[in-house]
Amino acid sequence: MVTLQIIPFSKLAGMDAQEKIDSILQIVKKDNIVLLEGKLAEREETTLITKSMEGIDDSFRGIEFAYIESSTSSGFKKNFREFLLKLFLGNVGGFTVVGPAKIVKEIKKDPDKIQLYTQNQKRSRKTKKK
Amino acid sequence: MIGVLKKYFDRLILKLFRRRNKIKLGLYGPPNGGKTTLANRICNDWLGEEMGSVSEVPHETREINIKEQITISSQGKELTFNLIDTPGIATKIDYEDFLSHMNEKNAKARSKEATKGVIEAIKWLDEMDVVVIVLDSTVVPYNQVNLTIIGNLEARNIPVLIIANKTDLKKSKFKRIQSAFPQYKVLGVSAKYGKNIDEFYDSLFELI
Repeated sequence: MVTLQIIPFSKLAGMDAQEKIDSILQIVKKDNIVLLEGKLAEREETTLITKSMEGIDDSFRGIEFAYIESSTSSGFKKNFREFLLKLFLGNVGGFTVVGPAKIVKEIKKDPDKIQLYTQNQKRSRKTKKK
Repeated sequence: MIGVLKKYFDRLILKLFRRRNKIKLGLYGPPNGGKTTLANRICNDWLGEEMGSVSEVPHETREINIKEQITISSQGKELTFNLIDTPGIATKIDYEDFLSHMNEKNAKARSKEATKGVIEAIKWLDEMDVVVIVLDSTVVPYNQVNLTIIGNLEARNIPVLIIANKTDLKKSKFKRIQSAFPQYKVLGVSAKYGKNIDEFYDSLFELI
């Protein structure tokens, strides 16, 4: 069984980068997948990678993560709304998925969907090919 | 407005550094893209020596390697820079992936060194003046590591050139890399065989 834990944007809004990443990794290290509302800032993404590397041991092998935009449609109204939201709140659109590498082997993105390839799925795929 | 002014001053500072020959040119990308092969090509072409060892086993480069004062020339112009070859950036490192190439003890040691290498590579992002991102053109480029590296360089206003490496291979898909990053110049290169390498050197003059 795979557990997805949703983190609303508001829950991390008041935290600094270190606190945000610590909160995310705390969940991921318990073998859960985080579904975070919004996008991490660029430096937060590198902090996520750095902290994941620092935490690698026999039981934790790192992470897979991906950001999925909420919509691909565009227009002045939508762009302006997103600009204002980003200016005052940060990047609240879309979702960031973070999962432990020993469970999530690969994340494939599509404009409208996301595919998580777990270890068992991959094994069964290989078996089918044989 | 502030962003435009910042970009202008960043370019100005870069030009000042260029005159003083202190430009730091970083090679970045995921593991096994061919960063060290490209570094070796540059060093062989202009210094007559190798920079580092290459291998098919991922994370062969696990430390930052610096080659100072490389001067390249093209069409009567000269450009001098310090070349920084960085370990491949990854979000996961599993020692078991190395077990088909070495014993468990060495695989665990390699894994530990590789994690440190990734951290070092990320730390060095702030030091770079220009970055060449080296991608394996046989691999699908839409992964978060590539997007994170590019996003961070963009946030720091660091000029970027993307190399679609390994164009000598049959599975190479240059256009796939180009369409993944339409806002950047993407150049198809085979660092191993030197294919299109003169265009690469010309592009460095445009970049810096």
